[in-house]
Amino acid sequence: MEVLGIPDPWVWSAYILSILAMLLCVIYGVLNWNKGEEEEEEQIKEELEWEKKEREMEEKELGM
Amino acid sequence: MDTLLLSFIVLIYLILIGYTGYIAWKRTESAEDFMVAGRTSHPYIMALSYGATFISTAAIVGFGGVAGVYGMGLLWLTVLNILVGIFIAFVFFGKKTRKMGHNISALTFPEFLSKRYDSKFIQYFSGLVIFVGMPLYASVVLIGMARFVEATLNIDYTVALLVMAIIVAIYVIFGGIKGVMYTDALQGTIMFFGMIFLLVSTYWILGGVTGSQQALTNMANLVPQSAAATGATGWTTMPALGSPFWWSLLSTLILGVGIGVLSQPQLVVRFMTVKSNRELNRAVLVGGIFIFLMTGTAFIVGALSNVYFFQQMGQIAVQAAGENADKIIPLFITKAMPLWFAYLFMITLLSAAMSTLSAQFHVQGTAIGRDVYETLSRKKGRSTVLIARGGIAIAVLIAVILGLVLPTNIIAVGTAMWFSLTAVAFLSMYVCALFWKGSTKLGVISGMVTGTLITLFWLLFVFKKSAGALGISQAIVGSPTLITAAPWPAMDPIVIGLPIAAVITIVVSLLTKKPSKEHIDKCFEGI
Repeated sequence: MEVLGIPDPWVWSAYILSILAMLLCVIYGVLNWNKGEEEEEEQIKEELEWEKKEREMEEKELGM
Repeated sequence: MDTLLLSFIVLIYLILIGYTGYIAWKRTESAEDFMVAGRTSHPYIMALSYGATFISTAAIVGFGGVAGVYGMGLLWLTVLNILVGIFIAFVFFGKKTRKMGHNISALTFPEFLSKRYDSKFIQYFSGLVIFVGMPLYASVVLIGMARFVEATLNIDYTVALLVMAIIVAIYVIFGGIKGVMYTDALQGTIMFFGMIFLLVSTYWILGGVTGSQQALTNMANLVPQSAAATGATGWTTMPALGSPFWWSLLSTLILGVGIGVLSQPQLVVRFMTVKSNRELNRAVLVGGIFIFLMTGTAFIVGALSNVYFFQQMGQIAVQAAGENADKIIPLFITKAMPLWFAYLFMITLLSAAMSTLSAQFHVQGTAIGRDVYETLSRKKGRSTVLIARGGIAIAVLIAVILGLVLPTNIIAVGTAMWFSLTAVAFLSMYVCALFWKGSTKLGVISGMVTGTLITLFWLLFVFKKSAGALGISQAIVGSPTLITAAPWPAMDPIVIGLPIAAVITIVVSLLTKKPSKEHIDKCFEGI
């Protein structure tokens, strides 16, 4: 069977699977669009500390 | 060359990049500002920043060129890039890495592994692996860009390479890391539309999706004798099962890069800097479309360029490009696309190279400064800055030297070698770090050291593409490779090294003392 001008099933299935894999990402992204947000006070504080440390590292190590 | 058109495009681009960089810089004045901007900013920025770092000139120019030789079977790499590089990486690895990275305050990938297993040795050994292995990857990114400038502006390759290296060195040393994600996102957007234009116009020029692919199928009898002898069967069919051509395509190009992406130090770090799992969930959508368009377009266009070159010049792509696959995509774009697009694409590749190189040089600088020097000397502060800067300078210099001495057709192979090395050295321990509380320090060290040694041995003495080019085996044992019987010389180190490293990690972990409960609880808190 030839699909889209490609005779080898191993090759046309890669063509179609790459489109399906992209669609999987799109569907997952849409379904989970608003899930996973962390609102806890502690989490925000922890992340602030994180950013501070990262900036310090960049300034210290690369002078940026 | 149209100097006026080129200057106009470069000027508009520089204004846009300058403005975006300025906005990003203004918004990151303080950690609080960064937090607010981070919480309200679109995940589009994170995903495109990840994508622009992931997909560089090596992917577009190198692998696009490889598709011109190996054909559309390379689309399996697109499948893996999306499923493994985006879906599994973000959904299963990214979320855990982000939380654990917070729990143990890790700032680099080696530091993450080192703190997770409470071992300084892991930090400097992996820092060393990165510093030794990454210049090869950085140099092939530089080569990709220089090849494109050579074809588009018709200037000497060596001049293009040196000018590119100087621009990138200035960008990394003076331009800094600030605002890199915003500019990445803008560059990613340009890449995004550029690739859609390239895909649609290629199909348009060559007679539609089915028509152009049918034309490529009909060219199977034009496969060069040398390639057919090693297993090539055409551009729309897979190579003969088990042939050297098949092993090369499957193990080096598809598996090496498709799986190796999971343990890429410069990408793992990005998981540790996102704000919440919500950003990762949203980034899956943007990243999936982005990677599909980037790699899918490069591989389809690379393969179809054979039809174009045959219709126009009576030659297949690699012959038209002077037997150098690295030149196929640049040549196709300059010949088949409008001039304005060639210039725009050059700008796109320049930004793709810069976004990847800045991350690479930064990772190498910190690897030598923070992971190796600080760990060995137990000193912090001014000397680390000097070592890190010196490390960056040396890394740029090595990349330039490699860019001048490496053989042709090296971009995709060089990229794959780096991906294999990091996969074999780090993947088992990274997976165990996230998913197996019972993995031990000694277990993962044994896996990492054995994996690295096997990879180096295989690259120097067995794997034909690298051993032949480097010539060390020839000098010592008088033969380009130690084993000549098929399929070993065509087999990528990942096929041998990864399973051995994984088994050693598991077996030694089962036999050695488990880490303390307190340490494990701290690492896995909230996971």
